[in-house]
Amino acid sequence: MSLDLLLLAALDGFSYAGLLFLVSLGLTLIFGVQGIINVAHGSLYAFGGYTAASLVIWALEKQAPTWVLLLALVLAALAVGAVLGGIIEIGLLRRVQDKDPVLQLLVTFAAFLMFEDLQRLIWGATPYSSSEVVAKLGNISVFGVTYTRYQLLLIPAVAIVCYLGLLFCLRRTRLGKQIVAVAHHREVATALGINTKRIGLITFVTGAFFGALGGAIAAPTTSLVPGVGTDMIVLSFSVVATAGLGQVTGALITALMIGLARSIAVYTAPEMEVAVPYLIMVAVLLVRPNGLFTVAQARRI
Amino acid sequence: MSRLLDLRLLTVAGSLLCLVLGLAFPWSKTPLIVGLCYGIAALGVAAMVRAGQVSFGHAMYACVAGYTVAFLARAWPQLDGMLLIMGGIGTSLIAGAVIGVFVVRYRGIFFGMLNLAFCMVLYSVIGKVYDVTGGTDGLRINRPTVLGIAFERDGFETALLIGTLGVAVVLGVLVQRYFQSASGEALAGIKTNETRLEYLGLSARKILWNGYVFSAGIVGVSGAMFALVQGLVTPDIGSWLRSGEFVFITILGGSGHAIGAFLGAAVFELVKLFAAAYMTGIWQLLLGATLIIVILVAPQGIVGLLLQKSAASKGGGGH
Repeated sequence: MSLDLLLLAALDGFSYAGLLFLVSLGLTLIFGVQGIINVAHGSLYAFGGYTAASLVIWALEKQAPTWVLLLALVLAALAVGAVLGGIIEIGLLRRVQDKDPVLQLLVTFAAFLMFEDLQRLIWGATPYSSSEVVAKLGNISVFGVTYTRYQLLLIPAVAIVCYLGLLFCLRRTRLGKQIVAVAHHREVATALGINTKRIGLITFVTGAFFGALGGAIAAPTTSLVPGVGTDMIVLSFSVVATAGLGQVTGALITALMIGLARSIAVYTAPEMEVAVPYLIMVAVLLVRPNGLFTVAQARRI
Repeated sequence: MSRLLDLRLLTVAGSLLCLVLGLAFPWSKTPLIVGLCYGIAALGVAAMVRAGQVSFGHAMYACVAGYTVAFLARAWPQLDGMLLIMGGIGTSLIAGAVIGVFVVRYRGIFFGMLNLAFCMVLYSVIGKVYDVTGGTDGLRINRPTVLGIAFERDGFETALLIGTLGVAVVLGVLVQRYFQSASGEALAGIKTNETRLEYLGLSARKILWNGYVFSAGIVGVSGAMFALVQGLVTPDIGSWLRSGEFVFITILGGSGHAIGAFLGAAVFELVKLFAAAYMTGIWQLLLGATLIIVILVAPQGIVGLLLQKSAASKGGGGH
């Protein structure tokens, strides 16, 4: 493997890690507060991607400038996060809140199944692409390797902004502190006068927005086909599980690790590409069963 | 007593119905066998649900068994169908034992998603290693002899139907026995309160591992049978959607009694036939909607409803 190729792989991995982190951030946030792994998170990614691609294609027909296209991506994610996230939280999760955790997981799985078909009904099976956005932002040269600005700068920047924004909200704002309190102990938080229902909805919609935003900013870089949601939910779960469920900063480091490993595999052993993230997860969980960044907790009997 | 009798009666009636249907309408043999295979697989998944664990990756054991059957049948074409099935079960048991060591350390979401991860790895590797597995085109399996008898297509299907039905009943009884055995009760104890189980001096991991290997073997049976009736294995046999369908059937039927898996499979096949005839393309939509309704209305599944009903009628009549 030549040095150029290694650099290219590193850049690929870096950009992909940004995406992966964004999606994982939503997943881990929802788990941290609600205690639910939202399998339908993959559908949010896919819906965000498709909606964004459709919006961009429509905007291009109207000869919209580049900043409008970028805005369209964010708007698509906001709409998908609010609408689908709201539907899932209010329509489904609230109804099973007191049931067996297994049933809660299955409800999101059922929602995922339904969204997969809905997505096919709405957008069909033909690939969707909106790569014009990437072309408009132009290229950048890093140590002699030419790379698109969109993938190298914009995607990681969006991920970092979301991460810092979330951290700021959680640590510095009233709402964020309420969210943290609910994550720590739901009952005590309720007793302290926090409206846990409202907090639950806000967290879920925020998490859903991150998932949809991942899809939306990924849309210009790939062509969307049915099944993208499945790959993403399993992959982002492997990030979240490797980092430790509910670990936001851990997810950032793990996403980088898995993103880089995956892209190196793409160049050196393409048939292993899909397996690499899971192999990392298995290896980590063998040594640290609760993930890399989880702190030990007292056992509840 | 009476409710057990009911379920036994239901088993006998259902088996007879399968046989009569299959013999009267030859076209119905394949859907019947496929339905029974799904039922058997759900039986395996149900064993895990008893322990409060849902695996989203059990189709990998059907996949392992199916491909073993294909490899064996291609390497030694003269091998008997029975031996092929045995081989399939064997490898799925081995795979279950190895992967089990790892996954039984986890509960709940981790358990489900780790199984899914293993399943996805297997699925994608099989799809990519074209030279060995034929990629997404899969591998053809020539019709083997069964117990030394070479069958024509129709005879082979009849033999498979009778065989699958027999296996389904035997496994159903076996699983029900297992549920009521000490080991099976301990398995259910993992769901109720694992810490107390450990205080009793039992190793929860060991119990779950036993159950896991057992369930992997059962799903393996279904995979081997399925491969034979299709005469073809493709990676789809191990797709996440297949695993999801197994879970669906298990929840729909209920894990309170072994017969639930087959009741669930019957409803599942009916919905599938219905969807194929009238609503192509929204199959998953129907599945998802049904699953949500079942979870909200009858979280114990069909079996739960049946048991509730018989308990209520018994209570009303006796007191």
